[in-house]
Amino acid sequence: MSEIQDMNSKQLLAMYQEKLDEEARQAKKEGRLVCWSASVAPPEFCVTMDIAMVYPETHAAGIGARKGALDMLQVADQKGYSLDICSYARVNLGYMECLKQAALQGGESEILANSPAAKVPLPDLVITCNNICNTLLKWYENLAAELNIPCIVIDVPFNHTMPIPQYAKDYIAAQFKYAISQLEVICGKPFDYDKFLKVQEQTQRSVAQWNRVASFTQHKPSPLNGFDLFNFMALIVCARSLDYAEITFKKFADEIEENLKNGVYAFKGAESTRVCWEGIAVWPYLGHTFKSLKTLNSIMTGSAYPGLWNLTYTPGDMSSMAEAYTRIYINTCLDNKVNVLMDIVKDGQCDGVVYHLNRSCKLMSFLNVETADAIQERTGLPYTSFDGDQTDPRNFAPAQFDTRVQALSETMESRK
Amino acid sequence: MYTLGIDVGSASSKCVILKDGKEIVVGEAIQVGTGSTGPKRVLEICLEKSGLQLEDMAEIVATGYGRFSLDFTKSQISEISCHAKGINFLVPTARTIIDIGGQDAKAISLDENGRVKQFFMNDKCAAGTGRFLDVMSKVLEVKLNEMQEYDSRSKHAASVSSTCTVFAESEVISQLSKGLSKEDIIAGVHQSVASKVSGLVYRASAIDDVVMCGGVAKNAGVVRAMERVLQKKITVAPTPQITGAIGAALFAYEQANK
Repeated sequence: MSEIQDMNSKQLLAMYQEKLDEEARQAKKEGRLVCWSASVAPPEFCVTMDIAMVYPETHAAGIGARKGALDMLQVADQKGYSLDICSYARVNLGYMECLKQAALQGGESEILANSPAAKVPLPDLVITCNNICNTLLKWYENLAAELNIPCIVIDVPFNHTMPIPQYAKDYIAAQFKYAISQLEVICGKPFDYDKFLKVQEQTQRSVAQWNRVASFTQHKPSPLNGFDLFNFMALIVCARSLDYAEITFKKFADEIEENLKNGVYAFKGAESTRVCWEGIAVWPYLGHTFKSLKTLNSIMTGSAYPGLWNLTYTPGDMSSMAEAYTRIYINTCLDNKVNVLMDIVKDGQCDGVVYHLNRSCKLMSFLNVETADAIQERTGLPYTSFDGDQTDPRNFAPAQFDTRVQALSETMESRK
Repeated sequence: MYTLGIDVGSASSKCVILKDGKEIVVGEAIQVGTGSTGPKRVLEICLEKSGLQLEDMAEIVATGYGRFSLDFTKSQISEISCHAKGINFLVPTARTIIDIGGQDAKAISLDENGRVKQFFMNDKCAAGTGRFLDVMSKVLEVKLNEMQEYDSRSKHAASVSSTCTVFAESEVISQLSKGLSKEDIIAGVHQSVASKVSGLVYRASAIDDVVMCGGVAKNAGVVRAMERVLQKKITVAPTPQITGAIGAALFAYEQANK
C-alpha cells in the first residue's frame, strides 16, 4: 500500500493498466473466465461475478497509439472486413484472429510476435451494449460466432426525445436483470447482490474522482491539459468498478489541485486560447495533434468524449443505473447533444471548437456538421473540422489538420 | 520598408514584395510547389526583378502547404488568414472568399473589418480542386489555360456527376468515347467543380461581395459556373493566384511594425 502511496498518478496509470492485463492473463491460465466488453457496457455484473475484464476499444486504441494498428487492420482486411467498418472493430477482429490462429495452430504468428499490442487473452464470453453505436452488436456477435462463446447483449434504445421516459429505463433495467441471469448460467453460481451493491458503490467513487479530474479544465488558465484525459481514460473504461481507477484519479486530481494552489498551469504561462475537442482522439497521431495545438498555445479544455464515462447513479437502484447507461450524449437526440456540448464549451471557457470527422465513428461524426452550426449560432465561436480516424492512420493527414487548427487559432486570436 | 510574403502551395509557389505595406513592388508565381525548386526560384525572380536582397526585407512571412519548409523565415501564417488579409487589401468590400488551389478548396467569410469569421475547407478529397482540373486537362488533352476558351464555346454542358476524381475521370473518358465535344465536357467539368465548392460557400453564408482567388480563379469557365450555381455575381481578385502571398507580405509588414 505504501508503495502505491509513493507513486505519482502517471506511474499508477501505467501500473494498473499492466496489472489489469496480467490479471486477465492469470485468470485464463487458472481457468477462470475472461470477458471482452464494450467500453460503455456495465462492468458491474461481471466484476461481481469475479470475471476478468478486457476492453477491446481501449486495447485497440493502445495498439493505434503504439503505431501497431496497420498490421491488425491488414489481418481484418484479409478476413474480408470492409474499410468502412469502425477501425476499433477491425483492429480487434484482426487481433482476435491472430490469437485464434495461435490457439489453433500453437505458437505465435510473426504479426503477433512483432506487434506492440498489450498481450491479452481470448475471451470466454463477450458483453456488449449499443448505447454508443450499433456496430458493437455485429462486432461482438462476430467475436462470439468466431470463438463459439456466449454473447450478452444489453439493448439500450436511442433517446430520440428527452427527458428519458421511465419505460425506457424499465426496459434497460430488465435487460440488466436478464444479463445477470445469463451470467448465473455461464458462471454456474448465483449472483451475489450484496457484493453487487459494493461494486456499484466502488464504481460511483471512481466516477466521482474522474469527474473531479475533468472539472479542473474549468479554471483559467487551466492546470489540466485536456489531452491528459485521453491518456487517463483507459482506467475509467477498464477499471471503474475496481479501486484502481479511484486511487489513480484521486492521486491525479490531488496533484492538479496542488498545482493549482501553487499557480502551476498545464501550459505554464503560455496558454493563449482554449478549444473544445469534439470526437474521439486520433490515437495514432495523439502526440501530433496535441503538439500542433500546443505550438499554437492552444489548450484543450473541453471534450465530451471523456465525459461518456460520467456514469453517475444511485447504487442499489437499477432504474437509476439504467438511466446512467442510456443518457450518454451520443445516445441522445441532436438537441440534447448540442446542449451537452454547449455546457462543455461554456464550462471550459473555450474560444473555439475542433470537430473530428472520424471515418470510424459515424454516429459521432455525421451529427457534427449540424452540431457545429448549432453551437456556432448560439455562441458565435469559430470552429473547424478535420478528417481523421481513431485508429486507422491512413485516414488522417497531419498537414491538413495543422492548417485547419492554425487557421482556427489565428481566428480565435484575432477576436481577443 | 520592404516586406516579403511567400505562399508555397502544393502545385505552385508565389512570392510578393511589398513596400510600406501598401505598394506591390513585385508579385510572381511559378507552377511547381512545395518540395520542388519552385519556392527558391520564385524568390530569386522576385528579388531580381525588384533589385532587392533578402536582407532588405524587414520581415518575411510564409504561408501555404509548404510554409514550414523554408529556412529563411520562422514566421508562418495559415493560408486562410493570408487570403483573407490579401483579399481585404485588394477588394475591401469582400465578405465571402472562394479560394480554389491545387489541393484545397475553401470558403471564408469575413466580417466588416476583413477578419476571418468562419472558414470551410474541402474534405480529404481532390474533387473540386485544381488537381481535379489538372487530371481532366490531361485526359482531354487540353492545356489548363485553354480550358476556359473551350468552355466558352460549349452549347450544352455535359453531365459530370461523379464526386470522386477517379470516377469522374472514367466518366469523362466514357463521354469522349461516345463522341461528346471537348467543349461540352469541359463545361461539365467546370460545373462539377462549382457544384462541389458551392456547398462550402453556402456554409460560409455566401454574403456579398463574393470574391474568388487562387489559381483556378484564372479559369473564367469555373467562375461562370460558380456564378450560375450560386446565382451571384463573383468578383475575381486582381492577380488571384498571389493573394495569399500578398496577405503574407501584409502580415509581415504588421509584424515589422510591432
